[in-house]
Amino acid sequence: MDCQECKERSATLHFTKVVNGAKTEIHVCEQCAKEKGYVSDEEEAYSLHDLLSGLFNFEPSSIHTGQQANQVSTEQVLKCPNCGMTYHDFTRVGKFGCAECYHAFEAHLNPIFRRVHSGNTTHDGKIPKRIGSTIQQRKKLDQYRKQLQQLIENEEFEQAAKVRDQIKSLKKDLNHGGEGEA
Amino acid sequence: MSLQQFMNEAISPWMKEDGPDSDIVMSSRIRLARNLDKVPFPLIANDQDLEKILTFMKQTYHHQSFKNYHDLEFVGINELTPVEKQVLVEKHLISPHLADKSTHSGVLISESEQVSVMVNEEDHIRIQLYFPGFQLQRALDEAFEFDDWLEENVNYAFDEDRGYLTSCPTNVGTGLRASVMMHLPALALTQKLNRMIPAISQLGLVVRGIYGEGSEAVGNIFQISNQITLGRSEEDIVVDLQSVVQKLIEQERKARRLLMDQSGLRLEDRIFRSYGILERSRIIESKEAATCLSDLRLGIDIGYIDHISKTILNELMVLTQPGFLQHYAKEALSPQRRDILRASLIRERLYLEK
Repeated sequence: MDCQECKERSATLHFTKVVNGAKTEIHVCEQCAKEKGYVSDEEEAYSLHDLLSGLFNFEPSSIHTGQQANQVSTEQVLKCPNCGMTYHDFTRVGKFGCAECYHAFEAHLNPIFRRVHSGNTTHDGKIPKRIGSTIQQRKKLDQYRKQLQQLIENEEFEQAAKVRDQIKSLKKDLNHGGEGEA
Repeated sequence: MSLQQFMNEAISPWMKEDGPDSDIVMSSRIRLARNLDKVPFPLIANDQDLEKILTFMKQTYHHQSFKNYHDLEFVGINELTPVEKQVLVEKHLISPHLADKSTHSGVLISESEQVSVMVNEEDHIRIQLYFPGFQLQRALDEAFEFDDWLEENVNYAFDEDRGYLTSCPTNVGTGLRASVMMHLPALALTQKLNRMIPAISQLGLVVRGIYGEGSEAVGNIFQISNQITLGRSEEDIVVDLQSVVQKLIEQERKARRLLMDQSGLRLEDRIFRSYGILERSRIIESKEAATCLSDLRLGIDIGYIDHISKTILNELMVLTQPGFLQHYAKEALSPQRRDILRASLIRERLYLEK
């Protein structure tokens, strides 16, 4: 069947429209359906939201029906002091309201992150160069120390000595608040 | 660089350069999601907050340059016509989501269109950086430097445990979406890709068609990207993606050779039929155009056709999108009129190659 709008492509959407009791059958192709506003592009986005908020709502504690009433009420009261978003809003929308929400809802986040990021809950990547320079150096120091341990175990002493020097200079930098490399 | 220039060329200047493995990988992209400290995310921020960020980004970075990314041009989304927005989406310079938000959002685009920074999309700042061909590592290095440069003037929302804080929990941590756009006609034709997708998703990567709806990939162009952003470093994410892409490249080359060896004449026939359609048709739908362009590009890559430039697929895929056609026609067009204009544009473009 051809699309009734463009009469060129084949119709892929078939439905009945009821306006003031009068029924009209509609047969259109995807493209014309979008143009005439029968379907919207946003539907896809919504289904993703639903999927995510479904993930969030699943909390093991809510299985125990005895605690359920209690659980819901504490979650509803849980509110971000900075932006005013409640935990309930968050599970419904599937998005945080501001950076502070991460602290406000902290107690509930690990299961969510684990589910979305295949078991991970903590960051292990880039640290902002300017505002995070001390964190960066501390992490770098940890990394060097591990590397040093490994090198000593492997008896690669020449390399180990180099890493030890790097640790020394990094420690000096940390005390002076200098800049680290990416 | 003015808005007009972004609008007029179907292919961005950076796409004209040839990248590694460009017979299969069309482009590599790094996207970093960042937010400003203390200000609510765009989802719930009030108008004043959003306007403040927008004005700040415009005043701080408009006409600024960093390394090869010259003369960032600020474009406010509310200054654009619907067709202009659509063109920027079709060129992948802004997201459909940003185009939908008419107020308090904008984008900074570098002269080469290699970098775009979306302001007040789902997050306050989204940096996108493209490289032609398969150059993910290089794109990541450059994106990091660009990110550091932006950070000199803004305080990012960052937490030592959770990383870069984003509006959606699916982006938290690195805020990184690394992706490659691949042309995989032989794997699609031989149905091999369908069997590879489940294995790829187990590695936390996603494969999707970029043109066309749902699972159907029009023009055999697929995007492969990471899904996990938390608990893995950007380098590890990129290395994983790279190794899968490398495998796909090998498999695609193998499938192409196999097709040529086992059914060379059939393949050649298919390619030249498609070439004929593109060269002669008077009315062509976007789906048919994409299928034929994919065949033509394959024909160029495996040497059946040698007088047409390789960028034709990238160029005509964008040029024949609805927004671009209407921009070109300087008026709104019905789907039928678009199909006619599409056919004539393709004919003219192919004529230029002779």
